[in-house]
Amino acid sequence: MATYAVEVVYRGIFQKSLSRNICRSIVLASRLEGKIGTAFGRYGDSPERNGIPAKYFAVVAGDPVELEEYLAQYEPTEVDVSIVVDDTLCKGVESWAWYGLQPINALTKPDGAVLVTSYQEPEQLKEDIHVKDQPYDLAILKGSKSFSGLWVYKDDHTDVRILGALARICPDMVGLDSYKEAILQQWGDQRKVTSAERAFERVRRSPVEPGEGNPAEPFSFDLPGWEVMEEALVIPGIEPGGGFRGGEGGFEPVRSSVFKKFSTRTMRPVVNFETCTKCTLCWLQCPDSCFDVTPDGLYDANMEACCGCGVCEDVCPVPDCITMVGEEAFSDNDSQHDHWRRDRDDYMGWLRDKIALGKSETRSHGFHHVGQYDEESQTVEVGYDD
Amino acid sequence: MTTETRVGPLETEELISGSEAIARACALADVDVITAYPIRPYDTVMQFVSKLIANGELTCEYIVAESEHSQFEIVKHASAVGARVFTGSSGVGWFYAFEALAVTCGLRLPMVAMVGNRALDDPGAFGCEHNDALAVRDLGWLLNWAATAQDCIDTAFLAWRVAEDPRVFLPCAISTDGAFLTHSQQIVKVPDRSLVDKFLPPYDRGKFQLHPDNPITIAPQVNEDWLMEIRRQTDAAMRRARDVIIEAHQEFVDIFGRGGDPFLEEYMTDDADVVLIGMGTLALPLKVTVRRMREKGHKVGFIRVKWFRPFPGPELLELLPRFKAVGVIDRDYSLGSPLNGGVLFNEVRSIMYSAPERVPIIGFVAGLGGREITIPSTRQMFEITQKAADEGGTDQELHWIGVRE
Ligand code: SF4
Ligand code: SF4
Repeated sequence: MATYAVEVVYRGIFQKSLSRNICRSIVLASRLEGKIGTAFGRYGDSPERNGIPAKYFAVVAGDPVELEEYLAQYEPTEVDVSIVVDDTLCKGVESWAWYGLQPINALTKPDGAVLVTSYQEPEQLKEDIHVKDQPYDLAILKGSKSFSGLWVYKDDHTDVRILGALARICPDMVGLDSYKEAILQQWGDQRKVTSAERAFERVRRSPVEPGEGNPAEPFSFDLPGWEVMEEALVIPGIEPGGGFRGGEGGFEPVRSSVFKKFSTRTMRPVVNFETCTKCTLCWLQCPDSCFDVTPDGLYDANMEACCGCGVCEDVCPVPDCITMVGEEAFSDNDSQHDHWRRDRDDYMGWLRDKIALGKSETRSHGFHHVGQYDEESQTVEVGYDD
Repeated sequence: MTTETRVGPLETEELISGSEAIARACALADVDVITAYPIRPYDTVMQFVSKLIANGELTCEYIVAESEHSQFEIVKHASAVGARVFTGSSGVGWFYAFEALAVTCGLRLPMVAMVGNRALDDPGAFGCEHNDALAVRDLGWLLNWAATAQDCIDTAFLAWRVAEDPRVFLPCAISTDGAFLTHSQQIVKVPDRSLVDKFLPPYDRGKFQLHPDNPITIAPQVNEDWLMEIRRQTDAAMRRARDVIIEAHQEFVDIFGRGGDPFLEEYMTDDADVVLIGMGTLALPLKVTVRRMREKGHKVGFIRVKWFRPFPGPELLELLPRFKAVGVIDRDYSLGSPLNGGVLFNEVRSIMYSAPERVPIIGFVAGLGGREITIPSTRQMFEITQKAADEGGTDQELHWIGVRE
């Protein structure tokens, strides 16, 4: 038979158990059909870093000989389905291994599928997903990011809903009945089976034509050969930097030319330049020196460097002057200060919208107080209804 | 979550990683003392051992030491009182224990360690590389390399059996390629306890057992008047291990119905002109390439070295002269060594000095730091070796494969 491979692109720690459950279930279900498979994690290291994009893979083959090719691979060269369990990852993946930015559909086979859990519409997601020169399907399963922590698993049925959707998208790999049986074997929970069935019915697919999507060239750099590379593990120091945008006044540090953080964050700060008191706290406390100092003494968070930790929001003494907003609200990494200088009214309107969005989001990365799991699980509909 | 499937009266099937497979082996072999200190990728086995203990499936002393040095010292002492022990490490963690690793052999204290093969931390690198385990190759450690998660569980039983044999009494390290085995789940046949009991007798130190009823002193001060004899004894034990391994493998095949030859796994070598040799998971892409090249009429084959210590010298000496050229793949390096080749390359070349006719031997250094040994790169190695066969020799005996030029 043909061999099938899927990847789950996830956020380190927050979604590790989720991606593991998905990949293990695929292999266990395939076994019920007399097939054989492997499930393996890559990109993340153990201990993984919170929020770092990581990958888990499942490969299903007809027999052990067919499977051999996949058993000592770093990652498959192509996959039938790229599963994305946090839609902000549609912007691409930068692994800890410094490859530049890998488009989310980089491994997706021609006529394969990208399956995203999201509340966004296909058109919105396509603004983020890079263009590909082969057609594929964009499949959307309505759902939240399902972030949990290191020690807890948020059992909101995202794992089995993905399986149900997969049965629809890639039925030749594993059929719905086998997934249902594998779900019962693992969890003994009929409600999880119902969730999988509903996802099978409700997953929405739309074709993506060659050339459709985000036209931006993904950030990349050349890896030097061994003779060119500096010896003795020495890398040159980075110059301290100079004036804002290379001009007079203000300050902008020089940043690494090879390591950017475009995809490491799940949230970013938005700054109200009109209420800022120029207290310098955000600039001092940001762990990644993100804030460029403008000639007028304001602080512009540079999205090349921001990891989305939220420290600046915490330390800013002025109410709503810095607000963290989910990455899905943004489709570029442009300077907020430039925007504000260009058109104050437009910027303030934009800022109000983003703040409203930011305030409506649940910010939970894991659980922060005793009883939070119980509170949240009551809001999760069992046998999930979209 | 129960996901075990019973596939026969005496076997279940589970989807587990190589590390998890070795943890399962610890439970089935009824290990008494396990010590641990976290370093990836070895630490995966700690997680699974802890889980088995928490689930009541494994009863043992589980000690998380304050460093690898203590970790290996503790099992060494536990082994002296007759406890079956398991431990392990990776990369520089293994090196941190080096003093304990070295003295264990002369004291003839069997232990089984899992080495999750890892690069030697050239800042933080944790990809697979074999120099960690190979560093003890001269000291009296039995060393073997697993290729699949199934190998991991099977080799673990063999490891205790050989290490604890009174003719041997030496420590044994099972090498598991970082990521490719430690973080990858495969379908593994897990045997029933009754089969394991049949294969693996209890560890009996006899008159060497440290016990109040058997007052002995272990490890008194030794100097120039004693040490050379001790080394010669350890050497004799290592030599005896060969027969013990052959015997144990035979019985393993009889009881479990799988396992193959003790020292070497040969793949399509029967009528091959050219073969490549290597250890660990690189066997998998190699087999794929052998099949594909055979489809196109190339007579190629692959040999996986399962036990590196004791070295399968006699087996290789018998096998290799019939090929037109041999390529040796090292996932390790031995800088400044003869021909600047890897460790396995130099050992294979050394044994072939006794061959009646010398075949060209080419060395390949590949897959360092966890870099994938890809299908195209294995084809490239076959092509280079084939060229040496066609030309009856070569002026470049060593190649780095997959390094960025
Ligand atoms: S979110 Fe963190 S990294 Fe980003 S600007 Fe604020 S403090 Fe800096
Ligand atoms: S912490 Fe807030 S008020 Fe202070 S400089 Fe930064 S943005 Fe302005």
